[in-house]
Order: sequence, then structure tokens, then C-alpha cells
Amino acid sequence: MLAIAIGIILGCCALGAGIAMIAGIGPGIGEGNAVAKACEAIGRQPESKSAVTSTMIMGCAIAETTGLYALIIAILLIFVAPSIMVGVLTSAVPAAILL
Amino acid sequence: MKAWKEGMSKLSDAVITQEKECVKINRGKKFLALDILYIAMMVLPIVTAITLKVLFTPASKGVTITGPLVYFRIPFIIQDFIITESQINSALVIITILGICLYLTHGLSIDPTLKRQHIAEIIVEKAKGLVSGNMGEAFGAFTSFIMAIMALSACSSLLSLFGLFPPTSDMNVVAGWSILVFGIITYYKLKCGPANYLKGFTEPVAILTPINIIGEFATPISMAFRHYGNVLSGVVVSVLVGSALQGLSAMLLSWAPAFIAGIPIFQIGIPAVLSVYFDLFSGLLQAFIFAMLTMLYVSGAFDPEGYLEYKRKKQEKKMKKQKIKNAK
Repeated sequence: MLAIAIGIILGCCALGAGIAMIAGIGPGIGEGNAVAKACEAIGRQPESKSAVTSTMIMGCAIAETTGLYALIIAILLIFVAPSIMVGVLTSAVPAAILL
Repeated sequence: MKAWKEGMSKLSDAVITQEKECVKINRGKKFLALDILYIAMMVLPIVTAITLKVLFTPASKGVTITGPLVYFRIPFIIQDFIITESQINSALVIITILGICLYLTHGLSIDPTLKRQHIAEIIVEKAKGLVSGNMGEAFGAFTSFIMAIMALSACSSLLSLFGLFPPTSDMNVVAGWSILVFGIITYYKLKCGPANYLKGFTEPVAILTPINIIGEFATPISMAFRHYGNVLSGVVVSVLVGSALQGLSAMLLSWAPAFIAGIPIFQIGIPAVLSVYFDLFSGLLQAFIFAMLTMLYVSGAFDPEGYLEYKRKKQEKKMKKQKIKNAK
């Protein structure tokens, strides 16, 4: 019984991490758009290459933030959450019921 | 006569070059001891950090991703005061940066003969240009603060090149910086008067007040998470790729005798490519972005017109009070 409960916890944590990383789609599309527009701008005005590039990198790094939130949640779910959850389970539920 | 002139000019040239060399030698001798001291100040902290890491790392097999190692525990009344790797490493980074600054700026002269003075001048000029370009001339005094945060962040992230724990991949360090920045932002918002500051939350509609308050606190949180998440993701991805390559090379060489099978063929060189992106590029970029956002938020928080109006109103009130006093 305890083994099944722990298995469910671990599996759900991994699933949750995977679902959280769906948020990576957003920054991917956004950064792709930003780089495409920057390429167009450089093609139109090659002399403004350095300014456009630095602004683009800055914007990309800021657009990445939402993806990073998801990443942090995924990392917490994989590395931190399982031990806390198992601890809560074993302390809250009497051992007799689980066995 | 001509020959004599040529000879004299050659002689004088020789004298001048000798004098210059003498000056150079003198300068070299004068600053040799200080040079060694400052270079030691740059190198020794990193050596200390590596030594501490080697001494305190527990023996373990396999790949683990953990937080910072706990170096010392100081007993305290409520809770033990824990000194971790990130605190020690960031303190050592501060010493290193101090050493670099002192090395670059000692022995300055009006006609620069030293290479390092040129480097220092370039850095200072670029920093001043960056800050006054983004924040305006009025905020020129912020140059040292912004550059301090930038240098600290960049050097902390670059520590992972030495195999050390980068302090920026600890949430607490970055959160400390962003709370500091939040304090400065609030200070500049309060310059227009506390009433105006509180009124700013109810704009544009009074119903949006809770969202505005959440947005106010989202600034430091997002700044901290952005920096910390980028560095941490680099650490995690490099460790995962390293362990995968280790497994791959062990699988390929499993038929061989033990001394050949122990060679990690895939781990040579391939993780270095990742390191160039995650440690060098990402670390430096995050430092730049943290400094950039600090500049934008701080200069955006200050409203010069509102400040002037607040001052004028304050003075009018004072004048009125004085008039009443004088009448009495």
C-alpha cells in the first residue's frame, strides 16, 4: 500500500513537471517572431545591425521569463517535491493503515 | 657639420628613449610588490573556494543535483545560522572584484604609459555612457551601483567555469539583490510624496488596486526568478548531459577491459560546448539584463514633474504657516 502511494506521488510529480513545461511553447514562438523581425530589420537596414541585435537579445531574454517560471516549477516538482510529499504522507498517515 | 647634427640628433633620441625606459623600469619596480599583492587578491579567493569545495564535498557515486553545500552551522537561539557555499563564494567573488579594481586603477597618471590604465578608462567610459544613456544624466551617480551589481552577477555566474557552485544559482542571493533594487524603486516613487504613491495604486480605475499591488511585488520576484532560473537551468542541463554522456561511453566500451572502459570518450569536449553557452553567454547576458532592468525600473519610478510639484506645494504650505505665525 505504501509502495503504491509513493509510486503515485512520484509519477504525478513527473507528470506535473512535464505538463508545466508545455509553457515552453510560448517563449519559443515569441522569440522566433522576435528574431524573424530582427532579421527583416537587418536586411532592410544593414548599418543598424549592432543596435538591432543587442535589442533583440535583450527582448529575447525577457520573453524567456515565462518559460523559466515553468522550468523552475518543473525542477521543483522533480527534485524537491517528492521528498516533501513522501515525508508528509509517512508522517500524517498512521503506518498501520498503509501496511 | 651635417654629420655632427645627425650625430647629435641620434644622441638626443637615444637619451630620450633611455629616459623613457628608466621611467618604465622605475614604475615597474615601484609597483611590483603591489602588483603581486593585487594579483594574489584576485587568484587566492578562487583557490580558497576550490579548496573548501574539495574539503566539504561528501564522497558519493553517481550524479546528484543538490543545493549549495552547508559549510558551517552557528548555533543560534531560534534557528541555527547556516553558512552555505553560496554565501562564502559570493564573499570571495567580492574580494576578487576588489582585487581586479585595485589592480586596474593603481598607479594612474595623466599621460598613461600603463596598459591597464587604458583598460580601466575604457571600462569607466563605457559604464558611464551606458548608465547615462539609459537613465538620463540626472542618474549619473548610479553608475557605481549598477556596475557593482553587474560585475558581481557576471563574476558569480562565471565561477561555474572553475567547477564551483555559482552563487547566482541560489535563489537567496539573487532575491537579496532584487529586494535591494525594489527598495530603491520604492524610494524614488515616494519622492513625489506618500499620498501620490498610494494614489498611484488606484490608477486607472479603483477596482484594479489589488492587481496593481500584486504587480508591484511581481517586479522583484520576476527579476530574481529570471536570473536564478537561467543560471540554475544551465547547471541542471549540463549535469544531465554529462551523466548521459558518461552512460553512453560506458555502454559503448562495456566489452573492453576495465582500464579502457573507464575512459569517458564522450565526456571529452562535448560538455565544453554547452559550457560556452550556459556559463559564458547566458551568465554574462543575465548580468547585463539584470543591470538593464534595474536602470529601467529605477529611472521609470522617478517622476520629475510630480517631484517638482510636490516640492512647490510643500513650500507653499510652509509659507502659509509662516504668514500665520507672523500675523500672530
